[in-house]
Amino acid sequence: MEHSHDHHTPEPYKYAVHHSEEEGKKARRVIWNMFWVLLAITTVEVTLGLIWKNIGISWGAVKMTFIVLTIAKAYYIVAYYMHLKHEVKALKNTIIVPFVLFALYLLYHVITEGVYSEMMEKWLY
Amino acid sequence: MSNSTVMDSKTAWGGNNVSPYGASYGKLMMWFFLISDALTFTGFLSAYGFYRHYYSSIWPSAENVFTHFPFMHGNHPLLYVALMTFILIMSSVTMVLAVEAGHRMDKKGVTLWLGLTLIGGAIFLGSQAWEWYHFIHGTELGAIELGKGYFTLPDGTIESTKGIIARWTDESRQMLLLPWKDGADYITVTGTQMNEFVTNGKEIHGANLTHNEYGHPLFGDFFFFITGFHGTHVFSGVVINFIVFVNVIMGTYQKRGHYEMVEKVGLYWHFVDLVWVFVFTFFYLI
Repeated sequence: MEHSHDHHTPEPYKYAVHHSEEEGKKARRVIWNMFWVLLAITTVEVTLGLIWKNIGISWGAVKMTFIVLTIAKAYYIVAYYMHLKHEVKALKNTIIVPFVLFALYLLYHVITEGVYSEMMEKWLY
Repeated sequence: MSNSTVMDSKTAWGGNNVSPYGASYGKLMMWFFLISDALTFTGFLSAYGFYRHYYSSIWPSAENVFTHFPFMHGNHPLLYVALMTFILIMSSVTMVLAVEAGHRMDKKGVTLWLGLTLIGGAIFLGSQAWEWYHFIHGTELGAIELGKGYFTLPDGTIESTKGIIARWTDESRQMLLLPWKDGADYITVTGTQMNEFVTNGKEIHGANLTHNEYGHPLFGDFFFFITGFHGTHVFSGVVINFIVFVNVIMGTYQKRGHYEMVEKVGLYWHFVDLVWVFVFTFFYLI
């Protein structure tokens, strides 16, 4: 390290994010747009949960719709509110890849073990 | 919000003029913590999914359990939890607005939005306490947890009654509904057999870790553990937000020259909202 750690005149902190009034306006527009998206998705989910029995769609289709909408909602929160969309690629990958791999691994076990237990139950009893 | 990747390579974490992440140490560690926490919640929800489908025919439906709404009578499935979801999304919006204000060094803005986030978090915690109260206390009608005994199904098979939760059809308590694994529907029981079930069984109201008026006890266990673990996160989030809020008012971050601390607690707070998005879907909707 070339520069000394002088406690009386600290170096300006280089990672801190600052933006102008103009950029702030743009950022706030994105924030509120995302709010409406999240609210719309939640409203669709709740409405579907309340009326799906009366409009003749199968439970399987409703379930899939819920899961797709939830993943969409999660994407918007992580990408925009947690700002991951605008981080560098290395950071994005470091966060997303291990998690998705592990989640898929768990999902695989839930499905295979679930089917296996059901089969065992039928064979044994 | 657009220039977080701009940095001075001389002070980049890791030295050697190369920092692969373009983020400060604190922010990076917050992200790593969130990943490990996300894995814990994924484990919880996977276990829930497994048992929910394993006992699918006798698993209570959340919309039949959480039907209360404050100051309103009757059945209102999903409505209360939808309100809770809205409150948490709203507090996520106020949090990200606090972060944005911090980027402009707008102390008043940060104070306002972070303050509103605190209020949102507190309301959510209160709502959760209210919901726990109703789940623990249960209904006036209650249910009968059947004792030792046997019951012949319409198809001739004989099943043990031990531990089965039988619910009353209505206030008159003249007919019991019995769920059976692999049975398509409920079986109704009346008369002497019903009286026998009541005498041998146990009347239960509400839920705890071993009994559940609404159905399988595991439903209660998962409810307490998943929403409880999430609620603990909300609680610690409110506490951390409060500490940062006090620091904002005292001008700590204004003096420091940046509001990155708000950004870091913001990440945590959004994560708490994110987890609720999944709990809402997998626990209440599906």
